[in-house]
Amino acid sequence: MLEIKNLTATAGGVEILRGITLTVNAGEVHAIMGPNGSGKSTLAQVLAGHPAYEVTGGSVTYKGQDLLDMEPEERAQAGVFLAFQYPVEIPGVTNAYFLRAAYNAKRKAQGLEELDPMDFLDLLEEKLKLVEWGPEIMSRAVNAGFSGGEKKRNEILQMAVLEPSLAILDETDSGLDIDALKIVADGVNALRRPDSATIVVTHYQRLLNHIVPDQVHVLAGGRIVRSGGKELALELEERGYEWLTEAAGAVA
Amino acid sequence: MTSPVESFVQQEYKYGFVTDIEADTVPRGLNEDIIRLISAKKEEPAFLLEWRLAAYRRWLDMTEPHWPNVQYPPIDYQDIIYYSAPRQAKPLGSLDEVDPELLATYEKLGISLSEQKRLSGVAVDAIFDSVSVATTFKDKLKEHGVIFCSFSEAVREHPELVRKYLGSVVPAGDNFFAALNAAVFTDGSFVYIPKGVTCPMELSTYFRINAADTGQFERTLIVADEGATVSYLEGCTAPKRDTNQLHAAVVELVALEGATIKYSTVQNWYAGDSEGVGGIYNFVTKRGKCAGARSRITWTQVETGSAITWKYPSVILQGDDSIGEFYSVAVVNNRQQADTGTKMIHVGRNTRSTIISKGISAGRGQNSYRGLVKMLPKAVGARNYTQCDSMLIGNACGAHTFPYIDVQHPSASVEHEASTSKIGEDQIFYCKQRGLDTEDAISMIVNGFCKDVFQNLPMEFAVEAQKLLGISLEGSVG
Ligand SMILES: Nc1ncnc2c1ncn2[C@@H]1O[C@H](COP(=O)(O)OP(=O)(O)OP(=O)(O)O)[C@@H](O)[C@H]1O
Ligand SMILES: [Mg+2]
Repeated sequence: MLEIKNLTATAGGVEILRGITLTVNAGEVHAIMGPNGSGKSTLAQVLAGHPAYEVTGGSVTYKGQDLLDMEPEERAQAGVFLAFQYPVEIPGVTNAYFLRAAYNAKRKAQGLEELDPMDFLDLLEEKLKLVEWGPEIMSRAVNAGFSGGEKKRNEILQMAVLEPSLAILDETDSGLDIDALKIVADGVNALRRPDSATIVVTHYQRLLNHIVPDQVHVLAGGRIVRSGGKELALELEERGYEWLTEAAGAVA
Repeated sequence: MTSPVESFVQQEYKYGFVTDIEADTVPRGLNEDIIRLISAKKEEPAFLLEWRLAAYRRWLDMTEPHWPNVQYPPIDYQDIIYYSAPRQAKPLGSLDEVDPELLATYEKLGISLSEQKRLSGVAVDAIFDSVSVATTFKDKLKEHGVIFCSFSEAVREHPELVRKYLGSVVPAGDNFFAALNAAVFTDGSFVYIPKGVTCPMELSTYFRINAADTGQFERTLIVADEGATVSYLEGCTAPKRDTNQLHAAVVELVALEGATIKYSTVQNWYAGDSEGVGGIYNFVTKRGKCAGARSRITWTQVETGSAITWKYPSVILQGDDSIGEFYSVAVVNNRQQADTGTKMIHVGRNTRSTIISKGISAGRGQNSYRGLVKMLPKAVGARNYTQCDSMLIGNACGAHTFPYIDVQHPSASVEHEASTSKIGEDQIFYCKQRGLDTEDAISMIVNGFCKDVFQNLPMEFAVEAQKLLGISLEGSVG
């Protein structure tokens, strides 16, 4: 599904990703953990195609295509979804309108007919259940005035509507209360399919109790310094990152 | 690294065609003889000719104002043709007699003058260069006592109404362009809604400038008698030409006790090319008077065209408890300049006004909001709320705000909020990550920004305005 090879990237002339290699197969969940500033969000943004980052080396293949050669919207239409660490507000544009525009953009790219507002409402109703939200949220402007937790939940709603093949969740669990965490995790699990994959960026092992990863990777200083099974997350919880970053530093 | 909001491309103006039609024009230039000639061509009563000549004499003593924040080369008023009308054999009895070439022109503009094909619920007065060529649904409106006709026809058929209200809101000598208009205005729309009548359909005037080197000087007068209600929409386009054309219109609204007038404009005059060559100079005086108690006047405008826009739809809140509203979206792209806003003059007690202005600047466009809120000594308990937001797309454009506030009664309250935002790269990226392309993303963000204004437009025009906004900014982001 996704093959990242020796990826390097800079922002504002500073090298942030220093050679990332990672393979994610269909049906898998990968967790990416690591200290603040280690490059987790940068990796997510680079995969989504944010113009502030410049890819300086390496390659990314997604479903056999050169991902780095695609426009951000083409990546989205091809099924790459990023749940932002900091979702953006769009005043005056209702959630319903935004979701339908996104949904139809994807359908159009697939050569399918656009869904009219009525049919789309039916579809939305189903998706709202998944995140345990009422319809009121649909007439509010996208993320405008939403609480931190509501913004995160809104990302999952968008994901539910767009049904991505590759979902990248950047700290979607941060700022969620215990109930909301469960709702979000259940939502993500419900959306898992054998032909889709998920990358979750998180600081907390508790999320991984709900969304059980096949692999856990530790990112430090723009490199993956350790990969392992789900027990690695537990070990990190106990020992922190220092032993890994030191080891990595010694190697470098 | 190129930012997606940096490069700007010119979008083709799709109404830029010219209709080849034989026209009756007067010689270039302005003097008393030209005015007499125009008046004679229109077979006007003596009072109107006198009014025109008085305005002309005032105008001769006036100087063109240069306080707006716009720049343009001097206008040669002797090089303009002040009257141009498509030639027709005789006055029109019905729509069937309208020149097919003209009907085709309006079809092409998306304005069908065939009553069968019209959206039911909208009556249209079509103004081509200097004259009205057709007014639809006149008979149906007449059943309700509503008068909706060209200004020329009103002068012929309802001289008493014209005489009573003409110049009652915008006097002939009000300002340089208003005086010029009073001297040479050629046609326009006239509306009268009788006491207690709610106009059964939307009324609309469509202005089309076709002939070269002509100015369009139309005059619109709308009178809503006691307890009457009307909603009126104005739309405009012009061919693409590389010379500038002057459009100096006057609109007067009179709302008597308990009356409501909603006046909406979707202005899409040719804006000139990406280097600022050509385009319409839109210097317009629009003013409404809430003459009676509890009357209400709402101006809603979406300004996307013109090389230069210079206008301040205003309301004089004379009647107690009257309400004035101004909702505006002004878009400038390429080299366009707009200096627009409103004046709310509170005279009566407990009068209220709301101003919501959304300025969008792209390319090298310059957008200024200029607003005056005046509370006169008798305006006890008067209130105003002003919200003035600017959005910048790219780095080469500008937004300016000039609010003037003059409060002469201590109980009056004025609230002003202003904001300037740059359309965020992060907002665009967020939309793109959800599958929208850059232009759809911009269009969506900008439409969201303008929502408070669009929701005041009549339904079908709101849709049109949204599309128009998309078109004006299309290609504004690379
Ligand atoms: N656009 C940018 N311009 C300059 N520096 C940037 C930019 N984006 C990120 N950085 C820097 O790159 C480094 C990695 O940032 P990133 O956001 O990827 O970290 P992170 O691992 O997601 O951290 P956190 O756990 O705090 O979310 C940080 O030092 C950050 O300041
Ligand atoms: Mg991060």
